[in-house]
Amino acid sequence: MALKIVKGSIDRMFDKNLQDLVRGIRNHKEDEAKYISTCIDEIKQELKQDNIAVKANAVCKLTYLQMLGYDVSWAAFNIVEVMSSSKFTYKRIGYLAASQCFHESTDVIMLTTNQIRKDLSSPNQYDTGVALTGLSCFVTPDLARDLANDIMTLMSHTKPYIRKKAVLIMYKVFLKYPESLRPAFPRLKEKLEDPDPGVQSAAVNVICELARRNPKNYLSLAPLFFKLMTSSTNNWVLIKIIKLFGALTPLEPRLGKKLIEPLTNLIHSTSAMSLLYECVNTVIAVLISLSSGMPNHSASIQLCVQKLRILIEDSDQNLKYLGLLAMSKILKTHPKSVQSHKDLILQCLDDKDESIRLRALDLLYGMVSKKNLMEIVKKLMLHVDKAEGTTYRDELLTKIIDICSQSNYQYITNFEWYISILVELTRLEGTRHGHLIASQMLDVAIRVKAIRIFAVAQMATLLDNAHLLTGNMQRNGICEVLYAAAWICGEFSEHLENPMQTLEAMLRPKVATLPGHIQAVYVQNAAKLFATVLKSQEGNTEGTPAQETSQLMVERLPLFVQSANLEVQERASCILQLVKYIQKLQQKDVEVAEEVSALFAGELNPVAPKAQKKVPVPEGLDLDAWINEPPSESESEDEQPKAIFTREEPKHSRPRHTEVDEKELAKRREVRKQEQANNPFYIKASPSSQKVYQETHGVEHIPVVQIDLSVPLKVPGLPMSDQYVKLEEERRQKDRADKKKKKKEKRKDKRTGRGKRHDSGPESEEDITPAHMVDIVTEEMPENALPSDDDDKDPNDPHKALDIDLDKPLADSEKLPVRSHRAAEALKSPGEDGDAVSAATLEPRKKRSKEKREEKKKDKDGDRKKSKEEKKKKKHKHEEKEENLLSGQADEPVVQSEESSQVAAPPTSTSAEVSDLDFWLSNAPVPSNTQEAATVAAAAEAASVPEAVSGTAPDSEPEEPKDAEMEETKSSKHKKKKQKKEKEEKEKKKKKKHHHHHRHSDAGGEESVQNGTVEEEEPLPSMSNYCLLAENSYIKMVYDIQGNLQDGSQVVVSVIFENKCDSFLKSMEFNVLDSLNSKLQRPEGSGPHDGLTVPFQLPPGVSNEARFVFTMQSIVMPQKLKGTLTFIVKNDDSSTHEKLDFKLHFTCTSYLISTPCYSDAFAKLLESGDLKSSSIKLEAVLMPFHHLLARICFHHHFSVVERIDSCASMYSRTIQGHHVCLLVKTADQTVSIDAKCDEPTLLGNVLDEIKQTFSQC
Amino acid sequence: MIKAILIFNNHGKPRLIRFYQYFAEDMQQQIIRETFHLVSKRDDNVCNFLEGGSLIGGSDYKLIYRHYATLYFVFCVDSSESELGILDLIQVFVETLDKCFENVCELDLIFHMDKVHYILQEVVMGGMVLETNMNEIVAQVELQNRMEKSEGGLSGAPARAVSAVKNMNLPEMPRNINIGDINIKVPSLSPF
Repeated sequence: MALKIVKGSIDRMFDKNLQDLVRGIRNHKEDEAKYISTCIDEIKQELKQDNIAVKANAVCKLTYLQMLGYDVSWAAFNIVEVMSSSKFTYKRIGYLAASQCFHESTDVIMLTTNQIRKDLSSPNQYDTGVALTGLSCFVTPDLARDLANDIMTLMSHTKPYIRKKAVLIMYKVFLKYPESLRPAFPRLKEKLEDPDPGVQSAAVNVICELARRNPKNYLSLAPLFFKLMTSSTNNWVLIKIIKLFGALTPLEPRLGKKLIEPLTNLIHSTSAMSLLYECVNTVIAVLISLSSGMPNHSASIQLCVQKLRILIEDSDQNLKYLGLLAMSKILKTHPKSVQSHKDLILQCLDDKDESIRLRALDLLYGMVSKKNLMEIVKKLMLHVDKAEGTTYRDELLTKIIDICSQSNYQYITNFEWYISILVELTRLEGTRHGHLIASQMLDVAIRVKAIRIFAVAQMATLLDNAHLLTGNMQRNGICEVLYAAAWICGEFSEHLENPMQTLEAMLRPKVATLPGHIQAVYVQNAAKLFATVLKSQEGNTEGTPAQETSQLMVERLPLFVQSANLEVQERASCILQLVKYIQKLQQKDVEVAEEVSALFAGELNPVAPKAQKKVPVPEGLDLDAWINEPPSESESEDEQPKAIFTREEPKHSRPRHTEVDEKELAKRREVRKQEQANNPFYIKASPSSQKVYQETHGVEHIPVVQIDLSVPLKVPGLPMSDQYVKLEEERRQKDRADKKKKKKEKRKDKRTGRGKRHDSGPESEEDITPAHMVDIVTEEMPENALPSDDDDKDPNDPHKALDIDLDKPLADSEKLPVRSHRAAEALKSPGEDGDAVSAATLEPRKKRSKEKREEKKKDKDGDRKKSKEEKKKKKHKHEEKEENLLSGQADEPVVQSEESSQVAAPPTSTSAEVSDLDFWLSNAPVPSNTQEAATVAAAAEAASVPEAVSGTAPDSEPEEPKDAEMEETKSSKHKKKKQKKEKEEKEKKKKKKHHHHHRHSDAGGEESVQNGTVEEEEPLPSMSNYCLLAENSYIKMVYDIQGNLQDGSQVVVSVIFENKCDSFLKSMEFNVLDSLNSKLQRPEGSGPHDGLTVPFQLPPGVSNEARFVFTMQSIVMPQKLKGTLTFIVKNDDSSTHEKLDFKLHFTCTSYLISTPCYSDAFAKLLESGDLKSSSIKLEAVLMPFHHLLARICFHHHFSVVERIDSCASMYSRTIQGHHVCLLVKTADQTVSIDAKCDEPTLLGNVLDEIKQTFSQC
Repeated sequence: MIKAILIFNNHGKPRLIRFYQYFAEDMQQQIIRETFHLVSKRDDNVCNFLEGGSLIGGSDYKLIYRHYATLYFVFCVDSSESELGILDLIQVFVETLDKCFENVCELDLIFHMDKVHYILQEVVMGGMVLETNMNEIVAQVELQNRMEKSEGGLSGAPARAVSAVKNMNLPEMPRNINIGDINIKVPSLSPF
């Protein structure tokens, strides 16, 4: 035996090891491939030996060859052999090789399950580590299922080295085996607070990765992450968390409000650029999510923009790049704040780094306005001239076109200028974007009627100079422009100055060298031109010129008839015959011009790109249904061999019976769709249909505006766009002068007539009147097009499977498959085992819910004990646990409320978590003992002054202290922090007694007066939506109603119970009389008249909140429900039964959910025309406009879409998806609200409620 | 997530490739070529980010790279990673290599690809950042190396001797291609 070993190692001496192989390859530079193939032969020999060391050596070499691109999958089995060696050295080699070349379809992977399991449980931590590392690279669904439980155990391993690897690999396991997510999640969550920073970081990493894909499931972790963020010092962890918050804020705007302060602090304090950058990024995300609600965060935006400016100005190119990248995010929502840094961005355009130039270009896109478009484009044109590389130049070209054409040419005031820019761009050599330019030319010429004369003139010049453009014949080259030019000249030939000349230009023999599709357009449009020419010539004298024209056509067309391109040939021969016929008629002196031009009469209208898709399928029409029953198979088989051409033939008489299975059908549908998409004429197949599709604002309704005469219409030769810049300047000046004059006149008027207000501020964007009223022909859309596009998610996304509710309690069936002992294994193979489990999870809900109920029962008993135990444990661990934001309200009332909502809202226990989250989110200052939290809270307080609108902040404190505090915050935010802290702590103690006391909003007005500081936009008074439900000498109830986002028919009523007496209140029972329309949700099994037990007791002076879920049928009318609260008042000596009646008022407002809406979507919605409108007027409204808006936002759950001076559009939607749009205008204390909604009754009621709100103040 | 880590030299020769998503071998080579093409034509004083090539990922992916003397270290990452963080990570990785190989140079990577892999495995696992603390990484790597040595024992000795002899006649083993400029100023290195 010993001899054998020695012999083996001696053999090995002469084997090549990895170094030898590398050296060999380097020495055989000329015949590397040959050398390697001999090496592979050697390796194959080595792999045949028994000695594991030799094998390992061979596998190691294979790993190297794999890097060089050689397929080594043939050695997969040997790799498994080496993996299963007992020696770490070889095992490591094996796992490395496996991780490099195994993948899901490697079949030997299934052999590794047991080996890996053995390694995972090895006493040597490095065996385990190596196995985990390897597994992370080649885990398959089977491996994930079989090993999930083992890995989960490792998450609690004693060694942090193993723990962190186990935590990380769980992500891969979740991806491959989504069922494991729920069982493993609690432990993963636990690891967020692991003592080892590496493990903690790994857990954060995994959860962030999970949450990025399905953020909404992880909202409930926000408090925990918030705590980590404020306590962690590890920048990696911080960065990850901050990024995660960036993904969460769009879902929960309140979270954003909470985040802004700590993030701003970090921005101020951190020295790490990476952290700073991520903070700025997340603040931007927060601002974006808030921007639809209240636009009052100018300070934060300014801070971000400032910091970004510093980054951009840095000499480090990386920071510059990232600064620009982040800037472009701000640009989307707050373009104004970015626009002030135009200088900097233009400067970046000159940077030597292409990445940076491209970023700067992106930014330019959003920075243009009517005012500066020409100037910016001029600058870009200079760059185009200078740019050396074609890729960058092409990028510039597309950007110029993007910038100009964005949002329907919004910023273009002078289309002649734009056309000349396009024409100038055609002079670029070697560009690949001819097609883009061409489509722009077509688009503008078709959609801007007023420009056609000019465009036609320019295009004619282009055609004349076609030889300049034909140098570049490649596909998509600049010659594509000729396509557009020819079409425009043909279609709008009536505007041509000299049609004859253009016709000649189009029939030059040189044209035959153009690509086929362009020639085809040439031929077709030559015919159109011919018609026009005929018309003009026939009117005149005798027929000679007309006949000459025909002669010209007859002479030139044969060239095209010979074309190799089918379409050119077809069109040419058609037209040739037509012209010959015309010639004949002309010789007989027949007038033909009218008839010829009738061929091309009628206008082609642009069709919206999605129009076809949006045509609703008429009811009862099933395009896939058989018209006749499909014939039997035998018959169809006979017919199958058909000639290609007969298939193409249209079948009028009877549908052909071919055997068409589903697949074929789908394929054909696809083909047909494509055909239609590619066929520009498709929709106009019948002229009558055109009428049908025409919208109300069709072409006829658009006023054709005269062209400004200051621009010469005839530009000799090719135009220069520059001159337009000058002209435009002059025009604007003239305009301004005119306006001033008018203003003066109007001022005179004002004295006499009823004055209207005129803004006399500096010239703003809107003041620039476009040279051409942008009479853009809107694209056609089918009559009842569906308004929204549903963007489907990629169904293949593996993360879709991980969209799992994590807050639901675990069911018994949801356990990871555990390897059981032999007895069981004898019956089941591992595969079956897994199947059984997955089948179990798939079993109908019934079973699960039963289990759940059972669990709940147990919970009820055990909960109190548990919570106490927990409390003890936590106190043991750290004192600060008390401020644990999630479970931390472990002091009596809240634990109870947690329980309570579980009972009160029986459908899911999710709502418990959710309400917890709500509580956390709404309670800005969290009661705490530690300094840290206090500072955070104080800071939040300071910041929340301007944003006190914060929808749900029920944290209103006793008035006076708050006022005092507000003043203080203003005067000395930073200096007095300490004092304030103390004060606040006192306050909090007070508050605990007072607890949330909710005064009605009428206090708001007072406060703003008291505040007295008149700024541009005064801070808003704090408001509360809670209103009184009922009150007697024992108890007071206030309530608020919120729509439930998840369920279209549910609203949640939060009631705050406040004990007003000195006795203990217990056994509270809340009951309402259900109506047909609205019902209180009661736990399963209870009768329709049973009350709900309020899940807490109230000691004297304490208040607490409970939530009740109601189901609604119809939401168009406000409703009232009568109800009763019964409770026992317990003194030391006696106890009495008491009750309190109340009326729950469900306003229509309470069904609204504030939903952000972008202005373009908003406009589309209004245009769609299926909304009914209504309006109200409010007289004598004294509050500033932004207060008014804030009130509507806050009390009526609207969000501001757009605000321009004293006019704002707002949007909201109901839980059932009705859209409600408002247009609020104010003038002289009168506020008019025009509203639109698809449900008139609802709208009326909402408006009444708004009126009511304002009549109260 | 990190999708791939590539190390290649100034001529595009791969020195280490690590894909965290499966690509067939020829595809891998194509990706390396494309990445090299993209990266190599950039000056040293331009920024270290590249919007990903068409082969790997899509718009969500970025190439983040550093160039040290003769080697390019390229990480392909998606938007969940912090750009500057990854730059730091590359630095940490290179510094770790420098410690483990004592003045690392390209030849170390050429002849000890396996060892480089083992070090990388302690930094990144399955596409996720595992450890960023250099001392911790070095400690783990060394412990494992020690274990390997102790296992080697008798049977390993001859092989080592032979390899030492082989290395003696190695005129091409100069250690001068040092990755010298390792101390490039990194904006946010200190806290890590």
